[in-house]
Amino acid sequence: MGKDNAIEIRGLTKKFGDFTAVDHISFDVAQGEIFGFLGANGAGKTTAMRMLCGISRPTSGTGTVAGFDINTQEERIKRNIGYMSQKFSLYEKLTVDENIRLFSTIYGMSRKEIKEKSVFIYKDLEMENMVNSLVRDLPLGWKQKLAFSAATIHSPEIVFLDEPTGGVDPLTRRSFWELIYRASSRGMTVFVTTHYLDEAEYCNRISIMVDGRIKALDTPQNLKKEFDCSTIDEVFRKVAQDAKRE
Amino acid sequence: MVRDPRTLLVAVIMPVVLLLLFGFAISMEVTTIRIVASADRPGQIENGTLLKLIANPYIDYKGIVAENEIEPMLSRGEAEAGIILREKDGKIYSHILVDASNSSMSRSYSAYISGIISGSGEQPVITSVLYNPALKSAYNFVPGILGMIFILICSIMTSVSIVREKETGTMSLMMVSPVRPATVIIGKLIPYLMLSCLILFLMLLISYTLLGLPFSGSVIKVVMISILYVILALSIGLLVSSIVDTQLKALIVSAILFMIPVIMLSGMIFPIANIPKILQWLSCVVPARWYVSAMRKIMIQDLSLEYISVELTVLFGMTMAMLSLAIFSFKRKY
Repeated sequence: MGKDNAIEIRGLTKKFGDFTAVDHISFDVAQGEIFGFLGANGAGKTTAMRMLCGISRPTSGTGTVAGFDINTQEERIKRNIGYMSQKFSLYEKLTVDENIRLFSTIYGMSRKEIKEKSVFIYKDLEMENMVNSLVRDLPLGWKQKLAFSAATIHSPEIVFLDEPTGGVDPLTRRSFWELIYRASSRGMTVFVTTHYLDEAEYCNRISIMVDGRIKALDTPQNLKKEFDCSTIDEVFRKVAQDAKRE
Repeated sequence: MVRDPRTLLVAVIMPVVLLLLFGFAISMEVTTIRIVASADRPGQIENGTLLKLIANPYIDYKGIVAENEIEPMLSRGEAEAGIILREKDGKIYSHILVDASNSSMSRSYSAYISGIISGSGEQPVITSVLYNPALKSAYNFVPGILGMIFILICSIMTSVSIVREKETGTMSLMMVSPVRPATVIIGKLIPYLMLSCLILFLMLLISYTLLGLPFSGSVIKVVMISILYVILALSIGLLVSSIVDTQLKALIVSAILFMIPVIMLSGMIFPIANIPKILQWLSCVVPARWYVSAMRKIMIQDLSLEYISVELTVLFGMTMAMLSLAIFSFKRKY
């Protein structure tokens, strides 16, 4: 396995009883890449992602995330990744600053680092005047940008985004993707699942999961060429048309 | 500004209301008995029996009525008891009628009245009522109510705490972070323990002032054993919350599943020795039983710690078991 890949997965499988949620998937994600992980509901995206994040143990298969073994080094993996889930996930009843301090402390950052980093984040997000507002009072778009910053506050090698833009308007989604690009340009690997297929076009490469298997994996341009479609949306329909699960 | 008024309401207002409600409302004490009398000869009125009744501060003497008037007065609720005096062979026999629609009260009424009437025999019986000389029922109830309140409030608070985070999604953030499960559990325990200490302070304040409990028992011992019990209750709540997945289920489990055994099997209302053997064994797993028993010994009887070593050991063992189970099941779930 090359040292340049942030994620390398071989034959990753997860079974729940007779049900095979994830069925021998294999792929690599290069460092600094924005990798789109697509699939219909129930295709096994979330299960696969949980295994990569070290919170669910694979039934079989091997792989490394940030250079650590997903079967044996979950704790090391957790230190080197960031995670933001589809459900908006910050503490609503804490202020912006309290949330940032909580997450930076969890990742073992020093007081000085936390101070510097939080000042940088508030400036970056242009939310200096909201530092002491409760998170529940922020508009959804701000919450999501803040959640992204909290998930990446410890400068992880990889950040996992589970449908990060669910429920926000197109303008906010755009500015959220700008955040993703900036993180990627700093060398952070971004692993993102999404429902919005237009967003898939922003990714360097995408994979499409159907019934627990990866049915297509390439750059958006190549996939469109391969399936003779003009948009990723059409590609997705073609690939997912014979899905058994729903 | 209060960020979470709901938790504050459950945590502080509810226990205060419960304690006041139980402390004042559940009363087995004889306060005032309204009593009517009838006599077949007018001279009997001067007889000592009625005079004793009239002189008693707990008796509200309603006067003499015809014998057939007594029963209708009881049924209309105008009196709790009636006394009929009959003379036979130069002796006076008294017949007491008691409204037994509330059976436990009627028992104390009749005992009380016959006690007054027969009180001045030739060989007086001296009864010394120990530890609770005024026979106040608050003495009996307060340890039980505290046992119920803590298990209820503490387990509700913690059982909802983790489940709420599962619902909002912040718990999954904790899971992908390097934080260890034991750290999350302990981190949940400590703030609620601090809040519970505040509740404990309020409860004891009310007990010693409004409910008039004697300050005789060592307060430090009371506080110590209560804190142990609080940690146990919090751990039970944490165990519940790492098993169930919605706040509603957590509430149902901790409010209903725990409350009934605590009321029935803690000795709070029904003495343990009087319940069927099989329930007595069952009551051994109810933490409140041990707490209530220890609290009675300490708060009311003012015994030293060695007399409650069994209770302390059981409570400590239960706490350790619950806390480890909570951490274990939390770990296994993720």
